[in-house]
Amino acid sequence: MKDTLVNKAVKNAMTFAMTVVLAASSIAFASTASAEKVIDNAPQVSTLRGTTPLNAEATPPIIDMVENNDLKRQRDYPQQPPTIPHDISKYQLDKNFNKCMDCHARKFADEAQAPAVSVTHYMNRDGEFLGEVSPRRYFCTQCHVHQLETEPLVENEFVDMEKIIRQSHKMAK
Amino acid sequence: MKLTRRDVIKAQAAATAATVAGISLPASASNIITSSTANKLTWSKAPCRFCGTGCGISVATKNGKVVATHGDEKAPVNKGLSCVKGYFLSKIMYGKDRLTTPMLRKKDGVYHKEGEFTPVSWTEAFDIMEEKFKKVLKEKGPDGISMFGSGQWTVHEGYAAVKLMKGGFLSNNIDPNARHCMASAVGGFMRTFGIDEPMGCYDDMEAADAFVLWGSNMAEMHPILWTRIADRRLSNPHVKVAVLSTFEHRSFDLADIPAVFTPQTDMVLLNAIANYIIESGSVNHDFINKHVNFREGVTDIGYGLRPTHELQKKAKNPNSGASSPIDLKAFTKFVKPYTFEYAEEMSGVPARTIEKIAKLYADPKIKVMSLWTMGVNQHTRGVWTNNLLYNIHLLTGKISEPGNSPFSLTGQPSACGTAREVGTFSHRLPADMMVKNPAHRATAEKIWKLPKGIINGVPGSHAVQQIRDLKDGKINICWNQVNNNVQAGANINEEILPGYRNPDNFIITSDAYPTVTAEASDLILPSAMWVEKEGAFGNAERRTQVWYQLVSAPGDARSDLWQLVEFSKRFTTDEVWPAKILAENPEYKGKTLYEVLYKNGNVDAFPLADISPDYENQESNDFGFYLQKGLFEEYATFGRGHGHDLADYDRYHKERGLRWPVVNGVETKWRFKEGSDPYVKAGADFQFYGHKDDKAIIFALPYEPPAESPNEEFDMWLSTGRVLEHWHSGSMTQRVPELFKAFPNAVCFMHPEDAKKRGLRRGDEVKVISRRGEMKTRVETRGRNKPPVGLVFVPWFDASQLINKVTLDATDPLSKQTDYKKCAVKIEKV
Repeated sequence: MKDTLVNKAVKNAMTFAMTVVLAASSIAFASTASAEKVIDNAPQVSTLRGTTPLNAEATPPIIDMVENNDLKRQRDYPQQPPTIPHDISKYQLDKNFNKCMDCHARKFADEAQAPAVSVTHYMNRDGEFLGEVSPRRYFCTQCHVHQLETEPLVENEFVDMEKIIRQSHKMAK
Repeated sequence: MKLTRRDVIKAQAAATAATVAGISLPASASNIITSSTANKLTWSKAPCRFCGTGCGISVATKNGKVVATHGDEKAPVNKGLSCVKGYFLSKIMYGKDRLTTPMLRKKDGVYHKEGEFTPVSWTEAFDIMEEKFKKVLKEKGPDGISMFGSGQWTVHEGYAAVKLMKGGFLSNNIDPNARHCMASAVGGFMRTFGIDEPMGCYDDMEAADAFVLWGSNMAEMHPILWTRIADRRLSNPHVKVAVLSTFEHRSFDLADIPAVFTPQTDMVLLNAIANYIIESGSVNHDFINKHVNFREGVTDIGYGLRPTHELQKKAKNPNSGASSPIDLKAFTKFVKPYTFEYAEEMSGVPARTIEKIAKLYADPKIKVMSLWTMGVNQHTRGVWTNNLLYNIHLLTGKISEPGNSPFSLTGQPSACGTAREVGTFSHRLPADMMVKNPAHRATAEKIWKLPKGIINGVPGSHAVQQIRDLKDGKINICWNQVNNNVQAGANINEEILPGYRNPDNFIITSDAYPTVTAEASDLILPSAMWVEKEGAFGNAERRTQVWYQLVSAPGDARSDLWQLVEFSKRFTTDEVWPAKILAENPEYKGKTLYEVLYKNGNVDAFPLADISPDYENQESNDFGFYLQKGLFEEYATFGRGHGHDLADYDRYHKERGLRWPVVNGVETKWRFKEGSDPYVKAGADFQFYGHKDDKAIIFALPYEPPAESPNEEFDMWLSTGRVLEHWHSGSMTQRVPELFKAFPNAVCFMHPEDAKKRGLRRGDEVKVISRRGEMKTRVETRGRNKPPVGLVFVPWFDASQLINKVTLDATDPLSKQTDYKKCAVKIEKV
């Protein structure tokens, strides 16, 4: 990849050089040749590229395992759909069968000791409660996702409302 | 034995709890808050920042921070639901690497093309921009500068940008990245109906008996609309869902009729369905006699490549959208060769499956909704394929009624509202008007209060052309806003990077995060995002939604709107307008562009007092008038009374959006149909008023092959696209830990047999190589996407694995939209 671009740069530079000779100046040539440097070098700001220049390709990270410890994770706010703490790669989830409900249905909460789907899942579009889970909530993975054993590339500075409330509570005192 | 696994889990949980128990908890942590003030959250509404579905979101703020987001129960689009991205909107603004100050490449204290990014003030940033703009405008005129924007611009931002470029700098070199996304849909609408955007709306999803997905993966790309279809299908056993695609994906999980077709042969399938409708006697003759014309388009129109490209030179009618009138008889003859047998041979879809799909359209008792997005639009015959889709709805008269709905979905939150309706394309003006049309230019000049004849009548450079012009040195300045074209544009190494790094060029990128586009630029401007500013988006069902500024942007980050308007103060008419026009209109002499474009009596018409006292408004407070309202009201003048009516601005702050045309305060659900569209004359039944004779057009258009197909060396099809957890180039979603951890890196989805043939196993490192470049990734033979033998799918959200180094910059010759769904590659083990 890099080679292709370098070759191209050389080719461009040569075309330029000829023009330059005709124009009896060498300044343009020098700037063309070195302008490629910026993308040949490690990125200065692009956090997600690491040290890989824009015109090069890094060795891709390995495909990580799914976190499969079944431990509940803290939510960032009460409305956040919980992430899935186990592997679902072999689960059938289509119009014929929903494997997730084998454990997360209200009827299996005792036996499976898995969290039963929340009350919102019984609501239809008009906010009425149905007797069973609403079909609009049927495909669990639209909101609930698994997590791989990997660390984020960029830290997130989201502040939990609980912290802010505690602070303002303290200040009120 | 069922509990064994759970028993283990319980034990683990207990162990963890014990570890935690060793740490003494702060006393306050065990208390319950009793102060109602401290406990209170402020909830406001805003549309989602991501796709074109336009879900309503409830946003909680506390002490200047967004602390929670969820689906708005009152929003008709999503009624309390949101997809995983929408639920995590609260975290998109808080990535640690937010840009908070302008940064300029400098060496020895001054700007240098190869310099180090150095923090500078807004004054210094605008100083260098002003210098560069003035130099290029002087040397090359308005054609030497360009702006590349987005369907993520708010309506206000897109409108301010169009005014600045077309009314201020007199340059039509402004285009949105919606060119990569919706341009073929626009072309299809304009050609068939003479007016842009869907006639139906999302309410069709509760009324249809059948849904047909043409190359769309709604389960991942429009998840909330998919919940409405899943709701309809699973609650009503008679409802059928057909899913057509070039590979199997999550939408197939709901499919009654699944079909995987060879890339580009959707055109064959559509013509075969038209043929079946005619041969089975299912044509709605009454409807077509009254409301439809037939035309035959010219063929062999090329592939939107550079004119020097072999394929372009070979084309007989490059870039031609010409057509001539025919009748039903001629159309019948035209589609006759498209039998199910021929369609099976071409597409690989069994004839009996094609017949099942054809019957959904042909049976007059079945209300059918067709849905499509990038599969049809990112297509070198995208406009044609849009036309072919409308053909089968028009032949049967299944249109503009609840449940009978050809529906073009949208990828960006305001591709419709901003890119299309505001007209930020290089050839357009607001409300479907064209720069080529002198009457349209005169209308714009009048509304904008500009001198007559000032707007440039030649369409400017579109997205792909801008990139080619930058490389060729024809354009020397490009200002990017709300897009990431170095990741999103096709053929990065050969076309984009050389243009960005061309020493004659100065590239400016406004963004919230340091993207690869920012990296390749010369000046980076920090942008406010989403609810850090007041804004408006328009979704795919014509719904305009407005939100307030809910929190302040970090550091010196400013909205793109502020950047555009503030920068306009740097230029006077004497510097950028022709002397002749100024001599004829001396009252404009010596004025700044800010004065003639934004302090023009319209945009500054509303005082700060009109702003809600409950919300901040950074831009308005800075400029001294209610900027967003003024821009919106001036913009709305274009469409009111012309089929694009918008309500008063203030009303949108109270509503969960309204679908235009809004006439007498009432929104329109189904256009072109008497009773639901106020523009349809009494007794007309249907009226396709986009065309002068009130008729829609059925186009006879053949199958033509793609620009590039696999051969012996490059033996695989490559399709690119998105995944549910990430939106577009991932610049926001990759910074949300939960979304990152759900899908951290791109992979190459591949059929296990194709992997085996190459000695590859899941997880192996591979190179994806095309004639243009290569990228490295890992093989995935399992999971949500199951390509057939001979095709691989690689998503493009990953900034560390740029698949667009591989893709071909071939475009639809009419819409100029790039085909990201098919090119030829080989896969090699590293």
